[in-house]
Amino acid sequence: MTEAVATAERNRWLTAAGWRSLFRDRPVIPLIVLLALLVVVSELVRPGVVSPGWAGVIMRTAVPLAILAGAQTLAMLTGGIDLSVGAVASMSGFVVATLVGGQGLGVAILVAVVAAALAGLVTGIGVGIFRVHSLIMTLGMSFIVLGLANVWQIQMVQTGSGVPPELRTIGSNLAFEGVVPYSLVVFVPIAALILFALRRTGYGRLLYAVGDNPIAARLSGTRPWQVLIALYVITAVLAAIAGFLYSGLTNTASVTLVDTQVLPSVAAAVIGGTSILGGRGGFGGSIVGALILTVATSLLSSLGQPEAVRQILFGAIIVLVAAAYTRVTSEG
Amino acid sequence: MTASAPAVEEHRSRPLRGILQRNGWTLGLLGFLVVLLVFTKLIQPSYGVSGIQGLAIAVLPLALAAAAQAVVVIAGGIDLSIGSMMALTSVIAATRMDEQSAGVGVAVVVLVLVIGLVIGAVNGALVVVTRVPDIVVTLAMSFVWAGAALLVLRTPGGGSVEWLRDLVLGPFGNEWIPRAAIALVVMVAIIWIPLQRSRLGLSFYAIGSDQLAAFRSGVSVGWTKFLAYVVAGLFSALAGIMLLASTGIGTPVPGPYTLLSVAAVVLGGVSLAGGRGGLVGPVIAVVILSLLRTDMTFMRLNTNLATVAQGVILVAVVMLGTFLTLRRKAE
Repeated sequence: MTEAVATAERNRWLTAAGWRSLFRDRPVIPLIVLLALLVVVSELVRPGVVSPGWAGVIMRTAVPLAILAGAQTLAMLTGGIDLSVGAVASMSGFVVATLVGGQGLGVAILVAVVAAALAGLVTGIGVGIFRVHSLIMTLGMSFIVLGLANVWQIQMVQTGSGVPPELRTIGSNLAFEGVVPYSLVVFVPIAALILFALRRTGYGRLLYAVGDNPIAARLSGTRPWQVLIALYVITAVLAAIAGFLYSGLTNTASVTLVDTQVLPSVAAAVIGGTSILGGRGGFGGSIVGALILTVATSLLSSLGQPEAVRQILFGAIIVLVAAAYTRVTSEG
Repeated sequence: MTASAPAVEEHRSRPLRGILQRNGWTLGLLGFLVVLLVFTKLIQPSYGVSGIQGLAIAVLPLALAAAAQAVVVIAGGIDLSIGSMMALTSVIAATRMDEQSAGVGVAVVVLVLVIGLVIGAVNGALVVVTRVPDIVVTLAMSFVWAGAALLVLRTPGGGSVEWLRDLVLGPFGNEWIPRAAIALVVMVAIIWIPLQRSRLGLSFYAIGSDQLAAFRSGVSVGWTKFLAYVVAGLFSALAGIMLLASTGIGTPVPGPYTLLSVAAVVLGGVSLAGGRGGLVGPVIAVVILSLLRTDMTFMRLNTNLATVAQGVILVAVVMLGTFLTLRRKAE
């Protein structure tokens, strides 16, 4: 008996079932292989393009997307989705740019984070207590945030605005001869915190529990509404941080700056193995997912392909990857 | 069973009351629309023929998008690619019709409707075959169709044949009746009334309210869902053509139609859980949303507050809906 188990263990990597469980339990490994393949293809297409400097630029672009994807991952773990991350992130970057002149950077960032957290709180109350579907609630919230940000824009148009140099440095500069982006200073603690919280803390497990089986979670004594309210405050704050980095990266303050990144953030989380049905996935996969999307974008633009082709390929990749995950998790 | 039997009996004995009960939400919306129109006239006494004409033309593409969304949501899905399908179909129509004769225009319209059916079928097939949640598949396909639209036409351009524009612009007989409104009613009625009365229409509601029960009663869940997406593709193509007809130009970047269609469907009394509602409610909801925006400009409010109001209305309606459902369950 034990021998059979040992043999099975030894053959695990060779059988179809073994591959399936690899994809199911450790999706990060095949994803890193895919990422490496994309890097190799980039090098083959444009010999010499892959360099430490290139890696720095890729990371710099991927970091804010990975933070957004982190917010998306947390929401998806509970079986939800957060479509308001784009509006909240844009609003936060914009608020900082308009307030920094008069109030100083610290106050500006504080105001933006508080505004984002308030939006998240309202979303959380809607989803958690009133049980509005998160898709609708966050969609409605993105209308509200965008509208209010526009009103704010008209109020502030006289005073002038600009992205503060500190954010420009953190968002777009590269240290150590252009290899290590400054934004890692923000990203690494956040990523470590999310990874740790999901694996090792009670709150992280509650997210999985609520997403996996809300009724069971409730019957075993958790209060899903508290978990959800805290969740959407967290995702809004994460979105705000991503918004600061985006405004620094592009040196732009616009109330629609991050809107185009909402779908890529969902894509990164889906590619990373997080199920939109909840209860399965993690942040590690989403980080690799964000890197894959960024490398693929850079590869396509170096091939001279228009934006249109990138969109089509992104769409196709999401469907294919999601279909693959669905297969391995339902048959495994 | 015992509880529902007297209710059926009651419907039979008092048919008017039955109609009122079943269409309560739609009738409420209609009442609200009338109130809103009166209100508009009060705050802006000059609101009249031209206002109604403009309203009908603005409403037309979005109303068809809402119809597309409603069919899928009734069948228990959701289609986040409607805006992109509209962009794709409208640029195909705009590039093929530009400066062509009326006859070519007819051929192009037919071609674009077929394309609408095909892209709807691709969405549906992917949802059914891959068993990936609808949200993910249609979100991904929204990239694909928007990208394809950009490949067809990089910047806004192209044009419409004259008869297509005449179909929606201007009055129909009486100056108070906009052609766009007639076109909308005819298109929705031609597709939806036969469908609703057919076995397929009933199946949409069946798989939307309870897939397992529908399957056990002999409904082919996969095929039905697939066909719901095909119908949505057809409505999206119509919406794209009407977008071209009302603006006279093809735009490859999707407008806010997907999100607004979800809002209209919810406001129109179609449950996001599926199986409930119709197409009339969402269409009226579109008119209301559009009129609210107009009213806010009349009241010299910041138009951006209209966006806020749309968000608040969307959320408030869903909260109310959930609240009512919870109370019904509690009873």
